[in-house]
This record gives sequence, C-alpha cells and structure tokens, in this order.
Amino acid sequence: MNTSQVISSSHASDAGEERILRYTLSERINHWIAGLTYVYCLITGLAFWSPYMSWLNELTGGGPTARFWHPWYGLIFTASVFWMYKIWRGDMRMTNEDLAWKKAMPHYIRNEDENLPPIWRFNYGQKLFFWLTFYGTILLLLSGFGLWFVESIPWSLRWLRYLSVTVHVAAALATIGGFIIHVYMGTAMVRGGFTSIIRGEVSTAWAKTHHRLWYEQVTKQNSARK
Amino acid sequence: MSQASLQIVKISGHAGPAPGAGVERAEQVCKLVDTTTCIGCKACEVACLEWNGYTFSETVFDNSYQTMPETTWNYWNLIKFNEHEREDGSVTLLMRKDQCMHCAEPGCLAACPADGAIVQYANGIVDFQQEHCIGCGYCVSGCPFNIPKFNSTTKKMFKCTLCSDRVGEGLEPACIKSCPTGCLHFGTKDDMKDLAEARARQLRENYGLEKAGVYDPAGVGGTGVIYVLHDVSNPEAYGGLPKDPQIPWVVRFWKGPAKWIGNFAMLFGVIGVTLHYLRYGPKQVHERKNGRGGQP
Repeated sequence: MNTSQVISSSHASDAGEERILRYTLSERINHWIAGLTYVYCLITGLAFWSPYMSWLNELTGGGPTARFWHPWYGLIFTASVFWMYKIWRGDMRMTNEDLAWKKAMPHYIRNEDENLPPIWRFNYGQKLFFWLTFYGTILLLLSGFGLWFVESIPWSLRWLRYLSVTVHVAAALATIGGFIIHVYMGTAMVRGGFTSIIRGEVSTAWAKTHHRLWYEQVTKQNSARK
Repeated sequence: MSQASLQIVKISGHAGPAPGAGVERAEQVCKLVDTTTCIGCKACEVACLEWNGYTFSETVFDNSYQTMPETTWNYWNLIKFNEHEREDGSVTLLMRKDQCMHCAEPGCLAACPADGAIVQYANGIVDFQQEHCIGCGYCVSGCPFNIPKFNSTTKKMFKCTLCSDRVGEGLEPACIKSCPTGCLHFGTKDDMKDLAEARARQLRENYGLEKAGVYDPAGVGGTGVIYVLHDVSNPEAYGGLPKDPQIPWVVRFWKGPAKWIGNFAMLFGVIGVTLHYLRYGPKQVHERKNGRGGQP
C-alpha cells in the first residue's frame, strides 16, 4: 500500500513518538471537497424539504440561489465520491476479519476496544458507511437528474417524475443517517480521527488500537523499503 | 371590513327567521368550456397572449391544426385537436381548450416548497407568485394535468392565472371575451355547473349524444374550469384529459407522512449519538508501549 507509510514528522518527534501517514494529501483534499459540497447540498436540500427549515435558505443566498447551485454542488460531490471509489475500493472490500469484527461490534460501541479482533485500514462500520454513501450518491445523481430536468421527462413517463422524488428523498435521508454517525464518530467519539483527516497522521498507538493489521502491513512495508 | 361580515344573521323582535340569513356570498369563479360548440378558431389563444403581454413565437408543424404540442411557460392557452373515430367509422375532430384547471385541491400547491409561491384565492383561482418561486419544478410533479412550465431564463414557473388581474376588477378572463361561438362561459361555479348540466342534458335528449356530460373531476375537489364533453366517459380522447385526476399519491406521501418520518429519523439520529457520547464518551487510545501518551 504505497499510499500509507510510516513517517517521522517534526511535531511527532516532539512527543518522542513515531507517527503514521493514514491519509495522503490528495485523499484529504478529496475528503473535504466531498464533505463541504455534501454539507452545502444538505443545508439547501433541507430547506427544500420542509417549510420549517426554509430559513436555511438565508445561509445560502435565498431560495432561487440555493436551487440554482444545489445540483451543481451535487455534481462536484458525485465526482468526489466516484474518485473515492476509485482509490478506496480495494480497502473497502469486506474481509473475513471484518465479519469477525462485526460480531464483536457491541464491544466497539461500548468502547471495549481490547475485545475486538484486529482489522485492516478500515473497520466494518467505515466500510458500511462508504458503500452507503457510494450507492446513495448514485441514486441521488440519477434521481437528481430527474428532478433537475423534470420537464424533459415526457408526460407518458411521468412515473419517472414520481420515482425521482421518492428516490431522492429516500437516498438523501439514508445518507443523512450515515452522515450524522460519521461526523459524530470522526469528531467526538474516535479521538485522533479528526486530526488524521486534517493533518493525515495518526500515532502508532492509535494505529495499533484501531487498525492493527493495517499497522503491521505498513510498518513491514516501510522497513522493507529501508 | 367587507360588507359580507355585516350581513345580519339574527334579528330581535322579528317574526320568523332573519331575512337573508344563510345567503352565500363567497363566490367561486368558474370557466365553462363547451367542447361541442368550439370551432377551433384559436381566438382564445391570441387573446391570452395579448392580455398577458406575450408575443407569438416559432412553433413546430406536427401534421395537426394544433399550435404546438403542449402549453409553454409563455403560452398558457392551447386548443388541443384530436381526430376521433366514432363507432360508425366516421371521423370527427375533438377540440378542447387546454389550460390550468384551477383545482380546488391543487397538486402544484401541495408539492411547492417555497413560501407563498403558489396561492389559492377565496374565489378559487390558483395563482403563481413568481417573486417567491425558487424554480425547483416540484409543481410539475404535483400537477395531474401537466400544466406548470419553467422559464429557463428567469428560472420561474408560469401558467394560466385565470386572468386573476381581470377577475379582480370584475372583468371576465381574456379568453372568454374573445370567443366568437359562445362556447366559453364565465361566472360562479354554481351557475356554470347549472349551465353545463343543462347543455349536457340538451345534448343527450335532443342530439342523440347519450354519453354527453360535464367534466368536473372530484379527485381534485372539482375544478375552476369545467368542460361539456360529447362523451364524458372518454375524456382521454380530448388530448389526454385524465379520467380521474388525483394529486399523485407519491406527492401526498412525500409532503405528508414522509416529512414526519424523515424529520423524526433525523432528530433521533442526533439524539442517539448525543446519548451515546453521554453514556460511553470518547474512545481513548491506550498508549501501551511508551508511557508518554496523553492518557490521564
């Protein structure tokens, strides 16, 4: 895995401790393109969703402006997610270790991490979130075109108009569910996770605790390279 | 204060009920289109353009007398021409003036997410307020008659206003004014229904059109535009007039239960992760090897 390697950065050496590159710069940039465009689509989308949330339009320049940009930001988000698919597809494949981890997931929820089997670069939950987002994005893209160009759908195929509305709403709600958990875990719950997607690095202890197989893999690669 | 609110409903020292009590003053306006006397002259199409200030634009010839396939954002009134084969094999041309039906239960209004972009007046007219329209096109999905149309330059939706500006001044809509055969009528909903029923009865009894009837679909609570049809059992023959128009159930679900299910699901998601944090707190990494970790 050439995207991940052990490095010794200056601020890590202050703590006298080796730090590991978990996300490359391009992975981080792409994550934040996806994150920010998703938040834009979330804010504007919620404003279209319910009159009680229409005030959100004030944050994005008013209803017509929000309506104009929503699909374009959606396209950028889609491109970003497809790029994630391209680079992370291999890492996101479910493994036997993930199935063992899935069985032990109640321990993870209760923060009893010592009872969890070792796993690779991403855990079962992260993979679930990735595939939810990936397929959700495909559905949002297709149904979004149906809403964007609703008049281009002929009257005789109007069931497609209704399908677009349904699928867009359902897919959006599903991704929002994932998004809430993702943001919670990435910021509040799993300490070190947020730093890793900003600066790219995690401590060896973090890597060993949460992704031991991945840690062993990248440290082996690194020593082989030396 | 309008005069209607000063109507006397109780009266002292009076033998019998108060004179005039129970009189209905709220008037629903209605347009009656008698397709059996329409000659397809399109005067109403021109009058609509004239009054609303639109110019005629290029059209596509489609082997039909019809001006264009569908109404557009700046062409709200369109006579639909349909060749129809009678049971005896002879062919007739069915002509129907197509425009917004001004439903009592408007699907466009139900679907619209923009505050005040679609309104329904007390007289029944359903009107778009373009200054509040965000151009999302949800009304297109809500309408069972395929009427709202998008102006891609201004990003606003448009449709027939039933000449609300004229009606508000006590005038009849422009299309009604222009009709040379008198197949278009305008008045209160009750009057127009009486007139339409009388005409349908005449067609059944004197013209041998046993299936003649009035099109005032109940599925959308009745409409502010009603038709007299030669054959009310087959409205589809008149350029796709739906037999039983309804607000699509998807739109009803989307704007009804789905809203609450979705909102509660999102709320429970946020509450759920908050409770998790309060109960279990953050995941700390145990710095096993070197003792210099930040573990308290």
